[in-house]
Amino acid sequence: MAEYQNIFTQVQVRGAPEMGMDNANNMAEERLGQPGFSKLIGWIGNAQLGPVYLGWTGMISIATGILCLNIIGLNMLAQVNWSIPEFLRQGFWLALEPPSPEYGLKIPPLQDGGWYIIASFFLLVSVCTWWLRTYLLAEQHKMGKHVAWAFASAIWLFLVLGLFRPILMGSWSEAVPYGIFPHLDWTTAFSIRYGNLYYNPFHCLSIVFLYGSCLLFAMHGATILAVSRFGGDRELEQIVDRGTASERAALFWRWTMGFNATMEGIHRWAWWFAVLTPITGGIGILLTGTVVDNWFIWAQEHNFAPMYDGSYGYESYGSYEAFIGQEE
Amino acid sequence: MFSWFNKWNKENPTDVERPAILVGVVGVAVIAAAALVVLGQPYATESLQTGPRGTGMYVPKFKADLGRPDPGIEGFLASTSAPVAPQGGEQTAGSARENVPPGLEGLTVDNYDRLLAAMREWTGIPDLFDDPDSYQTAVGHVMIGMVQNINENWDGHVNANKQVGVTCYTCHRGEPVPSDIWFKQTPVVMAAEGWSAVQNRVSPLSSFTSLPSDALEAYLLNYEVIGVHDLESRVAGIPGRDGYPGIQHAERTYAFMNYIANSLGVNCTFCHNTRAFYDGAQVTLQWSTETLGIQMVQELNETYLVPLAGLYPPERLGPKLGDAPKAACRTCHKGYQQPLQGTNVIADWPELATTSGEPDYSGN
Repeated sequence: MAEYQNIFTQVQVRGAPEMGMDNANNMAEERLGQPGFSKLIGWIGNAQLGPVYLGWTGMISIATGILCLNIIGLNMLAQVNWSIPEFLRQGFWLALEPPSPEYGLKIPPLQDGGWYIIASFFLLVSVCTWWLRTYLLAEQHKMGKHVAWAFASAIWLFLVLGLFRPILMGSWSEAVPYGIFPHLDWTTAFSIRYGNLYYNPFHCLSIVFLYGSCLLFAMHGATILAVSRFGGDRELEQIVDRGTASERAALFWRWTMGFNATMEGIHRWAWWFAVLTPITGGIGILLTGTVVDNWFIWAQEHNFAPMYDGSYGYESYGSYEAFIGQEE
Repeated sequence: MFSWFNKWNKENPTDVERPAILVGVVGVAVIAAAALVVLGQPYATESLQTGPRGTGMYVPKFKADLGRPDPGIEGFLASTSAPVAPQGGEQTAGSARENVPPGLEGLTVDNYDRLLAAMREWTGIPDLFDDPDSYQTAVGHVMIGMVQNINENWDGHVNANKQVGVTCYTCHRGEPVPSDIWFKQTPVVMAAEGWSAVQNRVSPLSSFTSLPSDALEAYLLNYEVIGVHDLESRVAGIPGRDGYPGIQHAERTYAFMNYIANSLGVNCTFCHNTRAFYDGAQVTLQWSTETLGIQMVQELNETYLVPLAGLYPPERLGPKLGDAPKAACRTCHKGYQQPLQGTNVIADWPELATTSGEPDYSGN
């Protein structure tokens, strides 16, 4: 098989570990760890592991994140009577649940959502300091803050779900449980409770951007891989022969659909689609229960939930006896 | 001996692996496709449409399962017998037999003996009603009244499609303790309180999901409101207060609906158009039948089954809270849309069809 058709990166370049720039802003400060190489991670990315920037934001983020995960995990463990086998067996079922509705926005007892509030607080600190870390590091590198703002769009959805909407609803009980199946239960119950989220236009937009992101990612990834034999996967200055790689890719799309993105523009497409997914989704969640309580009825009021012709009930379409073969 | 071949081979290098893989893959695909066409789909399904086209409303089943009748039907047919229509002047069971359950004294001896033999077979208790001091006798008396009440007063649920009725066998199936009875199980999480304590545990009452395990208790014993939807596009309220249901209430309703669907071997769209679960204009007739069924089970539990708690020995009570065994959909339906797949079990047993003590034999 040709090298460019492989799933994993085949060529791993190794020299002395690359320590990065140290030309301004004390950039090499707080870089931790001895760099090493790993063939395994080289298959999916750069084979060099480390050094890593920690900083005060990273320290706070990791410390509060670990605290949060431990509170969740120990609560789950307590729920199975501190039995590790049961913890593993029922792991996907277990959860740290938000408080019961009767506590509203008050501080609940520890065993009925109190731990949840504490874990959520630490998670909030952890996520926000990690965001700050992406911002500060980008600043130090004199980069744009695109990564930080993209991350912020995800944090927006996270805050809507766990902070803004529960406060507007007047109850912490509306927040999402921390558990594998339980958070899925929450998702489906949320849609059912508020009359079918599929009729929420912002949910529709969020799906558009989510599926659009997949499509764009597939198109872009495929295009670049397809011209990697001409060096299309390298930075512009490294492409061996101009006019063969990204120019060829652009021509391919222009001649396929008349229009093509540019090497810069495709990344704007990708960034905006990705960022708009949680932004629109968050708006949709925030409106649910605060502005609209039954999205299906809302859709009927706005004339986009047509009724179907036809009867309800199997009697109109066949009989139970025929279905189970009791009747010829 | 074959040196000429080795020589020829060396001079004519041919890639045999790639064509071999290609031929192998294509060959297997062709054989698999041919087998599917000739032998048929091994997991073929059949669907029962339950709503307008375009709504995805249907109940799918494996053909193999549909071809297999409920094994309980055979057991019932083996235990039933035609009634002996009284001609007048026969001796009554009340005067000729001992320990006759109340309400059955007026039966003719022939019909009483017939019924007693059948009840013993249905419940798997060979000496049923022999010992007046046995708890089984006391419970049996209540159960006869319950069966008669179901047949007489819950026609709208039991006979919604056609006359089928119920007997002891509908639940018992030849076992002294019917399958698929239920006990209170909550709290399932001892280390927590409130809603956290009643969910996220693999339990039969949650149908092995992480949904709340107290759904049967809430709706079938405590008469809590099942619906969680607002009937206007905007309704102000704080979750869990003044009748404004929270997410947790929706999860519990979901657990209950899931229990019902599994008990009947159907899916959501047997009753609902899933785009608007709450909408009474988009449900099937089965939804109305089911609503009556829920009310029936509420009455059966409250009037008959829960008060029996004092009669049972401890091993018949709930393992966790010592409550009486209770009924719900699955206790009768056992995974079928209609119990015993719609077999008419009452035609032969007018004695169980009325609470009046005067069976109507005119139909037999």
